[in-house]
Parts: sequence; C-alpha cells; structure tokens
Amino acid sequence: MITVRGLARQFTLRGRTVDAVKGIDFDVAAGELVGFLGPNGAGKTTTLRMLTTLLRPTRGSGTVAGCDLLTDPQGVRRKIGYVAQGGSTWPESKVGEEIELQARLYGLSRAEARRRGALLAERLDLAGLEQRPAKTLSGGQRRRLDIVLGLVHEPQLVFLDEPTSGLDPQSRANLWDHVRRMRAEQGMTVFLTTHYLDEADALCDRILVTDDGKIVAEGTPDELKAGVAGDAITVDVADRAAEAAEVVRRLPGAHDVTVVAETVRLRVPRGDSVLPELLRALDSHRITMTSVKVNRPTLDDVFLSLTGRSLRDGEAASPAMEATHAA
Amino acid sequence: MLRDTWLIFLRDMKLCLRNPTWLIIGIMQPLLYLFLFGPLMVTVVAHTPGFPSGNAWAVLTPALIVQTALFSGSFAGVGLLTEYRVGVVDRFRGTPASRSALLFGKVLAQAVQATAQSVLIVLVTLLVFDLDAPASGMLLSLAMAAVLAITLSSGSYALAMVLKSEAAFPSLMNAVLLPLLLLSGVLLPVTAQLAPGWLYNLARINPLTHVVDAERAAFRGDLGSTGLLTGSLVLLAMAALALVWGTRTFQKENA
Ligand SMILES: Nc1ncnc2c1ncn2[C@@H]1O[C@H](COP(=O)(O)OP(=O)(O)OP(=O)(O)O)[C@@H](O)[C@H]1O
Ligand SMILES: [Mg+2]
Repeated sequence: MITVRGLARQFTLRGRTVDAVKGIDFDVAAGELVGFLGPNGAGKTTTLRMLTTLLRPTRGSGTVAGCDLLTDPQGVRRKIGYVAQGGSTWPESKVGEEIELQARLYGLSRAEARRRGALLAERLDLAGLEQRPAKTLSGGQRRRLDIVLGLVHEPQLVFLDEPTSGLDPQSRANLWDHVRRMRAEQGMTVFLTTHYLDEADALCDRILVTDDGKIVAEGTPDELKAGVAGDAITVDVADRAAEAAEVVRRLPGAHDVTVVAETVRLRVPRGDSVLPELLRALDSHRITMTSVKVNRPTLDDVFLSLTGRSLRDGEAASPAMEATHAA
Repeated sequence: MLRDTWLIFLRDMKLCLRNPTWLIIGIMQPLLYLFLFGPLMVTVVAHTPGFPSGNAWAVLTPALIVQTALFSGSFAGVGLLTEYRVGVVDRFRGTPASRSALLFGKVLAQAVQATAQSVLIVLVTLLVFDLDAPASGMLLSLAMAAVLAITLSSGSYALAMVLKSEAAFPSLMNAVLLPLLLLSGVLLPVTAQLAPGWLYNLARINPLTHVVDAERAAFRGDLGSTGLLTGSLVLLAMAALALVWGTRTFQKENA
C-alpha cells in the first residue's frame, strides 16, 4: 500500500538547511496498521506531508495506494485520507457543513455526504453538534471532528498525525476501537504517528521507530521489546543497598545493576523465574525489602536502548502510559 | 473542476454572509465616502477647471467603485493566510479537488462581494444624490468592478501563498496600494491640466489609472471612447496575468 525509497526532505531557512527527513525506506502492506513512533522533531509530520502530496520530497520516490507520489499526486489524493497534527477546521464553519463539504470535495453526492457524515459523527460522539460552529467545540471534540473529516470518504488508506493528542482516555480508547473496527470492516490501511508508547503498543501491528530523520528500528511491538535485554527488576530495601546490589549481581543472568539511594535495579532475561531466587538470596543475607517490582520491557526501553535517550525526555507522558509503567 | 469551484464558492459566500462585521463594514465604508466625502467633491468639481466633463457624481461614483473593489480584493489574502494557519487550506489541498478550483471558487466569491458593494454604491447615488448616468454604462462599470476584484483577489491570494506571513502581508499590501491608489486618480483625477507633468506621466504608467478612466467613461456614457477601450484591455490583461499567477501558485506542489 505504501512503498518508500530514499525519501528525504530538506528545509532551507535563511541560508541554513535543516534535514528533516534523511532518506528513509519502508513498506506498508494493505490492511496493516503501522505506527510511526518518535520524539518531537523526528520528522514524522514532514514524512506524512510528503506521503499525502502536501510537500514535495527533496529526494527519493514512493508509491502510495498504487499511485506514484511524484507523477500522480492527484491519484494519491483520491485514495487517501489525512488527519493533520495541527487541526483543520475553520472556527466559523458549522460542524455539519465542514463534514458535508469535505465529503463532496471527494466527489460524493450531497445525500451520500450527509449520510456518511451523520454516521461517522455519531460513531465519534459528535452527534447533535452539526449546527455548532467549530469554534464552540471543546479541544477534544474538535480533534474528533478533524478525524471525521479525514475519514468521511472512507479511504482505503488513512494517515493520522497524532490523532489522539488532546483526547481524554475514554475518547482515546473509543478512537482506537473505531480505527480497529474500520480496519476490520473495510480492510482500511492505517499509518499513524504517535508519541504515546502505549498507543503504539496497543494499536499497531508494526512500529517504525524514528529519530532525527531516520528510521532506527522496525518490528512488531513484541519483536522490538524482545530486542531489549530482558525484564527490569526494581527492589527497594530498608538499608544496606550496596550490599543488596552485590547479592543480586550474583543471580543467574543478572546485569545492568544500579543502585540509587535505597533502590536497586537490575535486568534479567526472565524476571518471573528469577524472582523466587532473588527473594531467598536477599532474605538469607538478612536484607529487609520494602517492595519488589518486575517490569516487562516497554517501548520506552526500546527507544532508550536504540538511541541512548528516553522518548519521554522533556515530554509530558500520557496518564495511561504512567499506568502501564506502574503495573 | 466546475463543481469544485462551485462548492468552494458556496462555502466562502456562506461564511461571508454569516459574518456581520464584514457585512456592516462592507456596507458602511462606501456609504461613508458617499455621504462625508461626496458633497465636498461636488463643490470641488464645480469650481475647478480641468476636471473630466460630466456630472460630479458621475466622476465620484465610478472612483468609489474602483476603490472598494481594490481594497476588498487586495486584502482577500489576509483571510487565506488565516485559513492556512488553522489548517483549512492544507485540508482542501489534500483532497482530490482541483487546486485551481480552490482559487477560482474564492476569487469568484470575492467578485460577487465586490459587485454587491458596487450595486449598493450605484443605488445610493441614484436614489439619494443626483447621479446621472446611462444604464448601459453603469452595467458595464459593474462588470469592470467584478473583473477588477477577480484580478486583485487572485493576485492577493497568490502573494499570500508566496509570503506565508500574516504579519508581512498586510504591510506589504498597504505599501503597494497607497501609491497605486494616489496615482490612479481615484480621489482627485490626475489630468494634464491639474497635475504637474511628471506626476501626470507617472499616473499614465499606472494600469489602475486606465481602469478608473474607463469606469468614468462608462459613467459618462462614452461607450465608444478610446479611454474605455484602453482601460478594458488593460483590465483584461491584468486579470489574465493575475489568474495565471494565482493558478500557478496554487498548483505548486509545496505549500
Ligand atoms: N517548514 C519548515 N521549515 C523549516 N524547518 C522545518 C519545517 N517543518 C519542519 N521543520 C523541521 O523539521 C524537523 C522535523 O519536523 P516534523 O514536524 O516533521 O517533526 P515531528 O516528528 O512531526 O515532531 P512532533 O512530534 O513535534 O510533531 C524539525 O526539526 C523541524 O524544526
Ligand atoms: Mg509532528
């Protein structure tokens, strides 16, 4: 459904060039749900704008929905839907009008435009707001309107640029359900960008991890996590943390042992099977533990091990993600 | 493409009619000129030699029509830049709708708005003041106002998309419009008798002068005059250029 080779985009600002996307290659099969995961400024939006024919690549080529990106942009536009990161609604336009016009610009008749618009608005909890100007909607409602506008013509391929930013957990879950359902019912291919690890994890068949204009890893969420060296164990002790670290270091397969104040962290291949032994060992040294936690590797760990920095550095983590981490 | 043009035209018209500020300003501005500036003009025309012949209102009304079309057309780009900022332009550009249709629909809406303002100006001068002009001339001048609005809005949209700056665009537009307006004889006709030679010659190079002259000729009923012919040709040439520029800018891959 998407084939991209050597796609690159350079911006020139006052004589200085910014390499936003530095020659990326990837493929997306029909019906796949692929996530484009990366920190701020990684080049996600720039890539999407190239794939939706809004921005001409500086280099490289691509085929999107069977049409060549460079020679048949009109063909591409006919077949795809796009939800931009920054929103797309005119404050004075009424919700119903925006949806109807958008569908009609894709060639739908007025009746069909209204029918599909009403259906989709209903599914994304916007029913009853048709007569409201977009400026009177809440941030989350407006985001859902953006999504309706990107999907109303039922494209076979849709690009969603951070579709759930600004949505509350319930709307997020609702949108995920909707995306899954459309994929199941219409065989739609979905390409979405996100900062949210839990979103990529929960929703995507496959993830492209991107950083600084390049794709640094690619795989299913499980494959990516398997690449990280094992589960993380966190032990809080009452005292003698350094001694505890020495003890756990002798456990089979233990590595990356660190001590911060009264907390000892280590990685082991299988956390659940090592745990009984760890408890016995610390107990036999009469070290008092206050808590023990085993965490499966997260995509954040994947990102950290790939790039040496945390995806969440300097970003507000989503509440749902915090929940995943604590679990 | 016709269908897309129509859809965009309807959208812009709907939004324009729904915006009371625009409606009031659009109606008030020409009325203010008519009531607060018109009577002065009548006296000036009566006492100054070297004015174009004809009834004072027949000199002022066409100038007001040009000025109104000029301003509403030129600042059309401001609205486009706002639409660009909030992502509406990109959304439309992402649909299969023809990108020229996007321009044409908007330009057409501007033309209709300018024509409506011009009709209002003509009606008020006919009913309240003693405008004396032939119907055919007035119709022709309305058509020219529409073409002028098409020209300026198309150029304005193109310039806006090139500049992409909500801060720079209005200042640049003002800087361009003021000399163009002063040199066109909209407020005071720049005739050979009234103006020093160099000013007169400068005004002659200003294409807008010829449009104003043509409008005045139409109001005088001078339908066979060379002024009217030259002005119409200049106007059509400008319209063609502006539309070509607009279309090319809108069709460009990057925006
Ligand atoms: N029009 C532009 N002119 C100059 N530089 C740009 C332009 N658009 C993007 N960039 C730069 O290109 C890089 C990639 O930007 P992009 O918007 O694609 O990132 P992103 O991955 O979508 O980030 P975010 O998660 O913040 O949305 C950034 O360094 C950005 O500053
Ligand atoms: Mg982005």
